[in-house]
Amino acid sequence: MKIGVCVKITPDTDTRIKIQGDGIDANGIKWVVSPYDALAVEEAIVTGEKHGAEVVSFTIGDESTQAVLRGNVLAPGVARSVVVSEAAALKTDSLGRARVLAAAIGREACDVVFCGKVGIDHDNAQVPAMVGELLGWPVISRVTTFSAEGGRFRATRNVDGGVVEVVEGPLPAIMTAERGLNTPRYAKLPQLTAAKKKPIDTPSLADLGLSADVIAPAVTMTAWDTPPPRPKGRILQGDVDTVVDELVRLLREEAKVL
Amino acid sequence: MSGILVVCEHEQGSFKKTAGELLGKAVELARALGTTVSAAVVGDVAADALGGWGAQQVYQVAGDFSSYSGTRTAAALHAIATAAAPDVILAPASYAGKDALPRLVARLGSGLGTECTDLRVDGGVVVGRRPLYAGKAFADVRVTRGVAVFSVRANSFPVPAMGTGRAPVQTVACTSVDPVVVVERKAAEHKTADLTEAERIVSGGRSLKSAESFDAVVRPLAATLGATVGASRAAVDAGYAHHDEQVGQTGKTVNPTLYIALGISGAIQHLAGMRTSRVIVAVNKDASAPIFEHATYGVVGDLFEVAPKLAAAVARLG
Repeated sequence: MKIGVCVKITPDTDTRIKIQGDGIDANGIKWVVSPYDALAVEEAIVTGEKHGAEVVSFTIGDESTQAVLRGNVLAPGVARSVVVSEAAALKTDSLGRARVLAAAIGREACDVVFCGKVGIDHDNAQVPAMVGELLGWPVISRVTTFSAEGGRFRATRNVDGGVVEVVEGPLPAIMTAERGLNTPRYAKLPQLTAAKKKPIDTPSLADLGLSADVIAPAVTMTAWDTPPPRPKGRILQGDVDTVVDELVRLLREEAKVL
Repeated sequence: MSGILVVCEHEQGSFKKTAGELLGKAVELARALGTTVSAAVVGDVAADALGGWGAQQVYQVAGDFSSYSGTRTAAALHAIATAAAPDVILAPASYAGKDALPRLVARLGSGLGTECTDLRVDGGVVVGRRPLYAGKAFADVRVTRGVAVFSVRANSFPVPAMGTGRAPVQTVACTSVDPVVVVERKAAEHKTADLTEAERIVSGGRSLKSAESFDAVVRPLAATLGATVGASRAAVDAGYAHHDEQVGQTGKTVNPTLYIALGISGAIQHLAGMRTSRVIVAVNKDASAPIFEHATYGVVGDLFEVAPKLAAAVARLG
């Protein structure tokens, strides 16, 4: 059995985003494994431990992503990483990225691939389902429990409206991680040292049987801006009964939401 | 046929609010483009009434889709997209909108603008405006090749009044089988709207101090208002509320008309998940809490006193 995990490196959630052109100002940003991908990494490691399986990670990102991968993906237990850093892969849209990841996963004959339910940078939530479609694998989104046995999986997923479904199906399959799936571990010092020697493979698009044309983006994002500031609000202070009455009046008469 | 195809979701025999929102917007966009509006319906439901929201034609794949199937839903949407041959597809940013819709787009080989909060016509094409970094940034999104697909966040557009018009329904054949089977289905414990679709939300933070006081203060106010309960990451990490209830960059991104934040200081990652709420009420003891910079109405006070009195005052309104 072989386990895959897709990892995106994103700004930490405490980052204050500044716009620069059609993108963000990368200065001063702390880069981390996207939090949902961190859940996917943990699940991949746990599943690998349970089945004695090798765990391989897949990332599209520039060379700077390698340090984050060593500290947060290889150190806690992933055996090796595949990183695609070619400019065309960095600049393409979700379907282009999915084509790259599907090709990289296809070379490894994985039995299951974990992903985060969404990358917390562009919030697209598209790539894992597209990878599944391209590979012809089942996709289970927002998974909170996972187990595998005899070439089949069993998973719990959160669908709309608070409904929870337990599903079973054949491997290989794509699972996207939801909060509650697990608690990611921290690597210990010896693991951090050992991770420095773990292999990071950096295939070109040609190695993956792809080209810049095949992954040309269809989606453009322009006119980037920070959200308009909210109009200045009103602060209510004083005796609790008076304040509550005034708040209810404002919600009814001014805001018209009650 | 070309035009705009709207994915209309339904539940227990009724169309969801998002169907009205999207059809209403599609009619407006189609008028500007000089094109038509059709509806895509997956699963058994009486669908001709979508004409009352402006659909000129309905395409429907029949069958029981009450348990979710990504494979069958993607196949059904693809069969409808093939029959309708639209230029643009609009769909809600629901579970299916993040599971089956990307799979449809992979089949179409085109592009998807996720979770738009606005749509407009610009230069003869539909352009989406969407949040990125959980709302810390916004950008225009365009699809420049093939069918332009956009998913839209709930509560982004008004729901038009439903007219009496009826639309012709064309049944589209689709016989996909999903190798994944649903072996168990548990309905939600509380019958309130999903956070991402809720019109009213009452959220609690770390100042609630315990799961017991969260249950005693936040949940009753939410119940009185018919609101869905939310929580900050700090409250979830402390075990006061469930993972599902977290609002923020690593939780749910919400878009209600009324958001009441009780004892939430307003960390960047929380604000990112709720800043598009139309009216924000903040209750906090600390007058310098960042949440007050974003609040429509800020109450500087003890939430343990304010919340029960607010619940009582709302109850008196009947």
